[in-house]
Amino acid sequence: MIYLELFWSFFQIGLCSIGGGYAAMPLIQNQVVDIHHWMDMTEFVDIITISQMTPGPIAINSATFVGLQIGGILGAVVATIGCIVPSCMIVLVIAYFYYKYQKLTMVQGILGGLRPAVVAMIASAGISILLLSLFGSNPISYQLSTVDVFSAILFFVSLLVLRIWKINPIYVMLGAGIVSLGYYLIIG
Amino acid sequence: MMNKDKCFYWKLFSSTFYLSAFTFGGGYVIIPLMKKKFVDQYEWIEQEEMLDIAAIAQSSPGAIAVNASILIGYRLAGFLGAFITILGTILPPMITLSIISLFYTAFRDSAAVSAVLNGMQAAVAAVIADVVITMGIGIVKSKSVISILVMICAFAATYFFQVNVMLIILICGLLGVAVTLVNQRREKRRNIQL
Repeated sequence: MIYLELFWSFFQIGLCSIGGGYAAMPLIQNQVVDIHHWMDMTEFVDIITISQMTPGPIAINSATFVGLQIGGILGAVVATIGCIVPSCMIVLVIAYFYYKYQKLTMVQGILGGLRPAVVAMIASAGISILLLSLFGSNPISYQLSTVDVFSAILFFVSLLVLRIWKINPIYVMLGAGIVSLGYYLIIG
Repeated sequence: MMNKDKCFYWKLFSSTFYLSAFTFGGGYVIIPLMKKKFVDQYEWIEQEEMLDIAAIAQSSPGAIAVNASILIGYRLAGFLGAFITILGTILPPMITLSIISLFYTAFRDSAAVSAVLNGMQAAVAAVIADVVITMGIGIVKSKSVISILVMICAFAATYFFQVNVMLIILICGLLGVAVTLVNQRREKRRNIQL
C-alpha cells in the first residue's frame, strides 16, 4: 500500500525534524533514499538544490516531489499531509496552553528569556543568507575584494527602501529579482 | 476588534499564501515577513507575541513556517483559522514543486532562474536585516541588561559557535525562570519589610 507507506514515512520526518530545514535533511535522506529507495542520491541532491531555489520548507518540497514521482498527485497530497500532521497536533496543544497561561508571571518570565534569543537567531539566519548572496555558495574567503558588488548594492538599496519608505517586502523582493534578471540579460 | 466574516478568512488565507509563496530558503525567513504583515500592516498581533510564536515554532517538530502559521491561525480564529493558515502555507510549495517537477533539470540549470533568485536572495537578506534592526532596537530600548546580554550571547552562540538551537532555547528559558524567581523573592521580602 504505497500511499500508506508515503504517509507513514513523511509522518516520521515531520515528527522528528525539530528546528526545521537543515534538521530535516538527513531524516528525509534516511527515509526516501536509504529505507524505501524511492530515489537515488543524485535525485535527492537535486531536490535539496531545488528546495533552496523555490519557496517553502524543505520537508514539504520533498514530500510533494517524492509523492508525485511515487504516487502522482494523490501521492503528493498524502505525503504532504503526513508531513504536517505531527506539527498540527503538537503545535495546537502548545498553542492552547500558551494562550491559556500566557499571562502567568512564570510563563512571561520564560518567554522574556526567549525573546532576545529569538531576535539573535533571526539575525544569525539573516547574516548567513547575506554572506551566501555576497560571496556565493562556496566562498574561498570572505574578503572585500571577492564581494559580488551587484548583490551588495541590491542589498543596501533594498534595505534603504524598506527602512525609509516601508514598502511591502514582497514588492522589494520581486523588484530585486527583476533588476537582477535585467542585469544578467544585458551584461551577462 | 476584528470582524470574523468571509472577508477576514479570505484575508487570512491570502496573506499566508502570499507569504509562503515568497519564503525562499525556508526556516526563519518567514518570521520577518509575518512580522511585517501581521504586526505592522494588519496590527493583529503584538511584536512580543510574534517572538513567542517564533520561539514555539522553532522548538516544535516540523517546519518552522508551518508551525508559525498554525500558531497565527489558531490565535486569530481558533481551529478553523489554523486550518486556513496551514492550507495557505502548504499550497504554494506544493503547486510550485508540482510544476517544476515536470522540467526540473532545466529549472535547476537555468542561468536566468539563478539570476532572479540571486537578486531575490539579496532582498531577503535586506528584509531580515530590516526586521532585526527594528526588533533589536526594541530589546535595547527595554533597558534590561539581561535581555541585551542574552541577545548578544545567543547571537555569538548560534553564529560563531554553531551551538544547537534547542540548547539555546532551553538555557534561555531556564534563565527566564531563574530571573522570575529572584524577582518574586525580592518582591516578597519588600512586602515583609513594609
